[in-house]
Amino acid sequence: MTDPLVIFDVALALAIVALAVAALSVRDLFAMIVLFVVFGLLSALAWVRLSAPDVALAEAAIGAGVTGALLLKTLHHLRYVSGTLGQQAAYGVTPLTPVPIGVTLANAIFCGLITLGLAVAYLGAPAAGPGFDALVAEAMPRSGVDHPVTGVLLNFRAYDTLMEVVVLLAAVVAVWQIERGVSDAPAPVLGEVWQGFARLALPATVVVGTYLLWVGAEAPGGAFQGGAVLAAVGLLLLLTRAYVPQPTHRGIARGAFVLGTGVFALVALLVASGGRVAFEYPLEHAKTLILLIEGMVTISIAVTLAALFHGREPVAQTKGGRDDT
Amino acid sequence: MTPDLIYGLCGVAVFGIGLVGALCAQDRLRRVLALKLCSVGAGFLLVVGAWRTPPATPDPVPHALVITGIVVMVSATAVALALIRRLQSLEADDER
Repeated sequence: MTDPLVIFDVALALAIVALAVAALSVRDLFAMIVLFVVFGLLSALAWVRLSAPDVALAEAAIGAGVTGALLLKTLHHLRYVSGTLGQQAAYGVTPLTPVPIGVTLANAIFCGLITLGLAVAYLGAPAAGPGFDALVAEAMPRSGVDHPVTGVLLNFRAYDTLMEVVVLLAAVVAVWQIERGVSDAPAPVLGEVWQGFARLALPATVVVGTYLLWVGAEAPGGAFQGGAVLAAVGLLLLLTRAYVPQPTHRGIARGAFVLGTGVFALVALLVASGGRVAFEYPLEHAKTLILLIEGMVTISIAVTLAALFHGREPVAQTKGGRDDT
Repeated sequence: MTPDLIYGLCGVAVFGIGLVGALCAQDRLRRVLALKLCSVGAGFLLVVGAWRTPPATPDPVPHALVITGIVVMVSATAVALALIRRLQSLEADDER
């Protein structure tokens, strides 16, 4: 007798593969992004089935949600610049050059061979080799938190996480530089339903984001998932024009961008100055320090992701012309 | 048929589809999206590698790696999309 869950798994896996194919083959770019978001959400569901709820939360919030919003924003900009905003379907705006069929075929065969090699390597790999489970389980009582993934992220492998926050910081610096002087596509006017939705959703989203951050110490959740949900608050504020970035807010924004990295590095240095290895938190303060870092990192992530969505740094509105600063 | 086998093959397939898209698609947005598909495929394999037959708990280290990967990928995507916007604006200026 077949386990009903196996049928579910097979159906879900097939749906994920089909959505990936559909996202890359559909002509309308708007449909492509929507299919991609659905793909991300179904992947998150698959990861729940693989008992990885933290990863699923991160993928749903950041991989599907924030990335989808970034893609839609870019599509809107491209359609505005190319003057195709009025058309019903969003076809490619990149000028197409005909490619010989042989080149495409060779590329496809090459990719097929790589994928085949990966599949053979995956099927031939020894199943259930020793992982880090035993090491992590042994060290958990000394980590200051009860949830293994948070323990790994903020304690055992904290260097990785510090670098990850630095990467986010580098991304927002790069985006502000790249977008300097690019004229902004005016955002579409939102209807009254939207405004009402935002009023209802904003407080709920703030609560959910803060809860995710707090609960990360003992259950799935944490700084990245909470930060992404709080970034959604920023997106809603930007889209509803409840908050319009002003040039005078640049200083505050810059402060928020470096807050997470700064506090993270400072804690590491302070711990290291006490004759310990960096990130070897003293046990009695471990939970406080981890929550402090997580809280500050959450603020940084939320503000950085919202800034990445907004694109260029806020500049003074000049009438009619472009403002190259 | 265990979940790790099903989703492992699914991850390999998604990675392959993303690779084809990244090499063969012409539209810039679609290429960025194809690379994102590749990263999700790689994430699938790591999560599958961490999976243990219940009631054993999965290995948390690959989970942390995938979460890091997702955040790095959104940063890279944001920079790539900013470059696309800039490029498009420059091309539109050239045509005028």
